[in-house]
Amino acid sequence: MSALVAIEGLRVRHGAQTVLDDVDLRIAKGEIVTVLGPNGSGKTTLMRAILGAVPLAGGRITHAPRLRIGYVPQKLALSPSLPLSVSRFLSLPTRRSVRACRAALAEADVAGLETREIASLSGGQLQRVLLARALLGDPQLLILDEPTTGLDQPGAAEFYRRIETLRAARGCAVLMVSHDLHVVMSASDRVICLNGHICCSGSPQAVASAPEYRALFGTGTGGALALYRHSHDHSHDHGCDHDHGHSDGADPGGGAGHAHGAPARPSAQETRRGVVR
Amino acid sequence: MIAGLLDDFMIRATLAGLGVAFAAAPLGCFVVWRRMAYFGDATAHAALLGVALSLALSLPVLAGVLAVALGMALTVSLLSGQHQGTDSLLGVLSHGALAIGLVAVSFVSGVRVDLSAYLFGDILSVRPADIAVIWGGAILVAGLIAWRWSVLLLATLGEDLARAGGVDPRREQLVLTLTLAITVAVAIKVVGALLIGAMLIIPAAAARFLARSPEAMAVIAALMAAVSVLAGLRGAMLFDTPAGPSIVTAATLLFALAGLAGRLRG
Ligand SMILES: Nc1ncnc2c1ncn2[C@@H]1O[C@H](COP(=O)(O)OP(=O)(O)OP(=O)(O)O)[C@@H](O)[C@H]1O
Ligand SMILES: [Mg+2]
Repeated sequence: MSALVAIEGLRVRHGAQTVLDDVDLRIAKGEIVTVLGPNGSGKTTLMRAILGAVPLAGGRITHAPRLRIGYVPQKLALSPSLPLSVSRFLSLPTRRSVRACRAALAEADVAGLETREIASLSGGQLQRVLLARALLGDPQLLILDEPTTGLDQPGAAEFYRRIETLRAARGCAVLMVSHDLHVVMSASDRVICLNGHICCSGSPQAVASAPEYRALFGTGTGGALALYRHSHDHSHDHGCDHDHGHSDGADPGGGAGHAHGAPARPSAQETRRGVVR
Repeated sequence: MIAGLLDDFMIRATLAGLGVAFAAAPLGCFVVWRRMAYFGDATAHAALLGVALSLALSLPVLAGVLAVALGMALTVSLLSGQHQGTDSLLGVLSHGALAIGLVAVSFVSGVRVDLSAYLFGDILSVRPADIAVIWGGAILVAGLIAWRWSVLLLATLGEDLARAGGVDPRREQLVLTLTLAITVAVAIKVVGALLIGAMLIIPAAAARFLARSPEAMAVIAALMAAVSVLAGLRGAMLFDTPAGPSIVTAATLLFALAGLAGRLRG
């Protein structure tokens, strides 16, 4: 089966600075790929390159024929001088029916916002409206650039669960940028660790224990603490990493990561169900 | 009969003014939404250079203004695509174009040119042929904007968002660049190079107080601009004031009124 997007030897420059170098990446139908990396590591640039928004200094990006991409940008510079309701926004540039809009908003978990002005939405609401708009195009590939910016941790965990549900229901592939590996772990099939080039990639567990990943993100944060333990408990044997206890509760990975494709529900998140709206 | 009507200079002025209002208002909405105020000014000020060029080469003023305005608009459009935060650069271009235009006109003019006619407009002297040009340009501008309306809106919200939706934001930027140059070329006779920016911004900003959708904002802006033209010309007659500045004064008063009305409505 051919890939939705195939990137080979990609190189992107901004002025004199080489932002991306020698990046190879293939995204297959229906898989969830998460891109991690520090600020300025070229994550957004990679997403924009896939959209065709940046000139390539080298390499190739091939799309499957007539690929439908839904895109949720990292940020949107909305001008308050533009009076635009959510439902009108959803209908740009293609007119959508009232029913389709309502369904998409419900699917993105922001039902009932149709008549609000987009400039008046909170950051989290806007992200979800953007997701709804992306869904209306029935995408084969959803590109989400830090979709959980401005969400608290339970909110972010809930958001990623929703993405998994979406993938299961629609079969669309998802390429997303995130900063918190421990939150996306259970929802990702594959993780790419980016820092100008691809440092390491593979299953979330493999990346979490990779020395390249730890060199980039350190081991000092709460989320990384579990990873630190993980890397000492197991010497890179990812088949059995569900045995150790994650007592801090902040790690929704909870040993679910070994089950790609058959996502298990982490118990730490179960207890939070229903908190968000 | 029509020809007889057009004998009256007030009627000619009114028709010319309404034509400019019709083009400037919807375009002005995009200028406001995209924070392109300096873009409009730079293009309008460059028109003065076009005037000087036409006089020097004995070309029709319209052709020179259109060519130079288009060149300036394209330059600005290219520059702002390359850099973030080009505000000061646009400011330099805008004021620089004005100064260079003034210097250039002084070189070629002699006694032939009434400079203030190009700076502040000379609406009371429009001829029937001018009206035809103004309305031709206005219909072209309004038609282009109406045709591209949805994609222009999308490109205004975000370039990458537009790209993901299969829209090329550079093409839409080009549409705005082109319509801006045409608007400047047809408006210079009516409000002058210095006040074209005002006719773009003020009606649109006033409409923002009252509008609940982008379409409503464009329509209300056009109405506001039309009322400004009528009231401004009437005021110019009554108080014997220059017509172009009187129109912009009327627009500014309308802006204040709309602001009050918007406040009261909540
Ligand atoms: N339009 C631009 N012009 C010049 N340099 C740019 C531009 N956009 C990005 N860069 C540079 O490219 C590098 C990568 O930026 P990018 O936005 O891709 O990072 P990122 O990984 O998305 O960061 P963040 O986590 O902060 O969102 C940065 O060094 C940035 O300064
Ligand atoms: Mg980014």
